[in-house]
Amino acid sequence: MGAFVARRMFETLIVLFVMSFVVYGLIGLMPGDPIDIMAASTPGVTPEVVAKLKAIYGLDQPLLLRYGRWLIAALQGDFGFSRTHSQPVVEVLAPALWQTCKLMLISFALSVVASLVLGVASALKPAGWVDALVSLFAFAGISVPVFWLALVLILTFAVGLHWLPASGMSNVGDGGLMDQIRHLALPVLTLTLASAGQFTRYVRSAMIETLRMDFVRTARAKGAGALRVIVTHALRNALIPVVTVMALSFGTLFSGALVTETMFAQQGMGKMIYDSILSNDYNLALTGLLFATLITLLANLGADLAYGWLDPRISLK
Amino acid sequence: MTDIGSHSETAQPRRAIAAVSVWHLRLRRFRRHRGGMASLFVLLLVVLFCLAAYPLESYLGIDSNATDLLSRYDGPSALHWLGTDEGGRDELLRLMYGGQISLLIGLLATVFGGMIGVSLGLVAGYFGGRLDSLLMRLVDGVIALPLLPLLIVLAAVDLTKLGFSSEFAHSGAAGFWRVVVIIAVFDWTAVARLVRAATLSVKERDYVLAARASGAGAFYLMGVHILPNIVTPIIVAFTLTVGRVILFESVLSFLGFGIVPPTPSWGNMLSNAQELVFTAPALAIYPGLLIFITVIATNLLGDGMQHAFDPRSET
Repeated sequence: MGAFVARRMFETLIVLFVMSFVVYGLIGLMPGDPIDIMAASTPGVTPEVVAKLKAIYGLDQPLLLRYGRWLIAALQGDFGFSRTHSQPVVEVLAPALWQTCKLMLISFALSVVASLVLGVASALKPAGWVDALVSLFAFAGISVPVFWLALVLILTFAVGLHWLPASGMSNVGDGGLMDQIRHLALPVLTLTLASAGQFTRYVRSAMIETLRMDFVRTARAKGAGALRVIVTHALRNALIPVVTVMALSFGTLFSGALVTETMFAQQGMGKMIYDSILSNDYNLALTGLLFATLITLLANLGADLAYGWLDPRISLK
Repeated sequence: MTDIGSHSETAQPRRAIAAVSVWHLRLRRFRRHRGGMASLFVLLLVVLFCLAAYPLESYLGIDSNATDLLSRYDGPSALHWLGTDEGGRDELLRLMYGGQISLLIGLLATVFGGMIGVSLGLVAGYFGGRLDSLLMRLVDGVIALPLLPLLIVLAAVDLTKLGFSSEFAHSGAAGFWRVVVIIAVFDWTAVARLVRAATLSVKERDYVLAARASGAGAFYLMGVHILPNIVTPIIVAFTLTVGRVILFESVLSFLGFGIVPPTPSWGNMLSNAQELVFTAPALAIYPGLLIFITVIATNLLGDGMQHAFDPRSET
């Protein structure tokens, strides 16, 4: 078990390392570079000054050398300075990370609960009317563009019914807990609806398969109550594959969070990455992307561990 | 796999034994799948809708790209059936042309990504060993990535820095192919996994072994004996991929990193959606609704085909 965790941690680090190089290279391919942007907004600057500035910041060096320098600094916790925020990247990132974690974890928890209820309900009678309704909901959830779902919810609940605010994280001068929850409600609802569909399909198919197993029939034959058979015998076993695919969908969830945060003007990681790419804030974009990758990699690692913990038949080595 | 279908061919006594091909059976099973048939019909309607742009444009006598700032956000009229957008352009025509772009990208990126997936899956499944585990690690790695932010970075890459001419880099064609390529580069993992699994189950069958014994090479075996026998799950996977690609294209274009206006796509027609919500709510609905209908239809079509192709999935 210990060796397994160590090996997976090592693999995670490797993927992160490869990603950091790839993303570093890609960011360098984005239009302009910091000095060009500086020069463009400063009329009358001579090419000699530009060249000198590039030399000062090391931008005239080859890619590998620059990456090496960046990596050494990053390993010491120095991710550079955000151009647009005029703050160290870490200080911009920390609150955004917290905001995204709130959004993702609440939505993830809600869609897990919803998918368990709906998935089990439809698996009990495949091809019944409950199953038909749930399947339609699941297909709708997979097929809806997240940004458009957000739009429809804004149109309904903010513009039409005036129940909830359309964007932002809190009202100026309020900012209490209730106010924050009201602002988080629509983003969470969007992300939950968008991910619950896929989860429901996982739960449904795993549950249908498990309910056909011999041990379920045995449990029924021995007179176990319906609830006990469904929850203790069937669901516990059906959950094993489901937990894995759910944790694996964290990358998708993050993509959804990016769209949701952009739609509802939430200052989270997703919106921060999006804005930093739009405004050529290289350090912020690079660090944000790496942290986003780290989150999904850790979720995958968690999935592997949960898999072994839920299923004693699997020995992790 | 063929059915000695005397019971279904009794009307033709002369052909006492008529072979019914496996595709005939599959078609028959698909026809019984209501969701699949309905979605096939819906998809045909969507395609017809998009193609109707050409006759409609000449019938109405308007140019879909002509802007008219004096008639922004006009309501429906005899000339503009669904009204006009923020540039005073005809909304209906732009929906039709935008649909052509979105559907075309869906198909092209699926084919390109699918080719990557099929080749890697075949190679991994057939050769196995180190190559297999290396390729499958790669698949795991790509699946774990937060796709959308990466697609945005790729879409933001300045083509001139890669050595393309500035003229090409800023043309509409470059924008179109860029979206196709970056989606295809990432969306091949599902197909690769599936093809690998199918290859593993087929490659030890007797007819493959017989062909190998008579001297067939690895790539001949993969192309002639394995691929044709695993084509049904590939078709299903391709169908599901089309829907996913359309969603990716729409969100990229919506965020301003996909198809660049004035070329319409269902995604970029919503790019100023936050403004639309208050000024012209209907315009915020149409493009998204079309994406939704198209993608849900492709997903249901894939589901229906899966039922038709896999006799065991009868639940």
